[in-house]
Amino acid sequence: MRRRALAFALVAAAFAWPGAQAQTGTADGIAQYRALLADGNPAELWEAKGELLWKQKRGPKNVSLEGCDLGQGAGVVKGAFVELPRYFADTKRVQDLESRLLSCMEAQQGFNAAEIAATPFGRGEQLNLEALVAYVSAASRGMKFRLPQARAEERQMFEAGKRIFYFRAGPYDFSCASCHGEAGKRIRLQELPDLTRNPGDGVGYAAWPAYRLSSGELWGMQRRLNDCYRQQRFPFPGYASDATIALATFMGVKSQGSVSIAPSIKR
Amino acid sequence: MSDPMRIRAQVQGSGAVVRVLMSHEMETGLRKDAAGKTIPAWHITEIVAALNGQTVMTAQWGTAIAKNPFTQFTLKSAKAGDKISISWVDNRGDKRTDEAVVA
Repeated sequence: MRRRALAFALVAAAFAWPGAQAQTGTADGIAQYRALLADGNPAELWEAKGELLWKQKRGPKNVSLEGCDLGQGAGVVKGAFVELPRYFADTKRVQDLESRLLSCMEAQQGFNAAEIAATPFGRGEQLNLEALVAYVSAASRGMKFRLPQARAEERQMFEAGKRIFYFRAGPYDFSCASCHGEAGKRIRLQELPDLTRNPGDGVGYAAWPAYRLSSGELWGMQRRLNDCYRQQRFPFPGYASDATIALATFMGVKSQGSVSIAPSIKR
Repeated sequence: MSDPMRIRAQVQGSGAVVRVLMSHEMETGLRKDAAGKTIPAWHITEIVAALNGQTVMTAQWGTAIAKNPFTQFTLKSAKAGDKISISWVDNRGDKRTDEAVVA
């Protein structure tokens, strides 16, 4: 399916920019391909589903998530995503969007959060989480990241995330920084954002969650990190674990001020 | 049960541009699952677009269309307030129709 989509993009690009082919670089070609796709981003389907799920009475307690506090007050969705991860007094934890949704699903709807966290990606309640993540992140589209760092717990998470980011280990002796520690790197044709600073609006941290064309799935930050760890041949620290939230805090604070385009579209 | 489509219809010049995003697996019937068994084909076979109840376009689709397909077309002489409806039928006989108003 990926090959088919790419072939289509190349044909389309060849028609649209006949003279410019020689001058434009590979990165420009990919940018054009993405622009062609952005108009019909299937992430919208997840947003619509997520909105329904947010308002729908579900779970053993049969209540909606409209009482869920994502940091802006109960039920407020707009602007919540760009201020996560943050500290929540009720759970006494710094939480990212996905772990916070899990807490709400457990506390309010009566779901078993540990069970959902242990469910493989793309199955059962994880599918519903993807949709909720798309809905909540879309409500902050176009807003700038401004993660709170006022509390000691939040700064501690940032520090922990920094250490995890630079921690080299595993059979390849890789760290996150091996690929994302400087600008201008790429894997095959994929440009790698430099996550140690703000890589720009809608790049890196500000581009996730995203719809992945190659698999036809919507990936949240947890699944993105899972795949980074897989490529490093590390064991994944676990869905909604403190290690993944620490990493998200580090990346989020580093890209402070960048504009979120989530949910975006990726090849 | 199928998820709703997203339909946007905007006036452009003397007509309207209609953009439709559909939620469908679009299985080709060529893939195999983890156990090595062929995943049966499951895809949209026909879409019908209607303007104020009158059919203006039909298309026959097959396995070469991507998952969660997106389609766009231009309608001459569509005005703001006109009703666009899009229907699809898949090879299992599932149907879905959604409507939008030209804006």
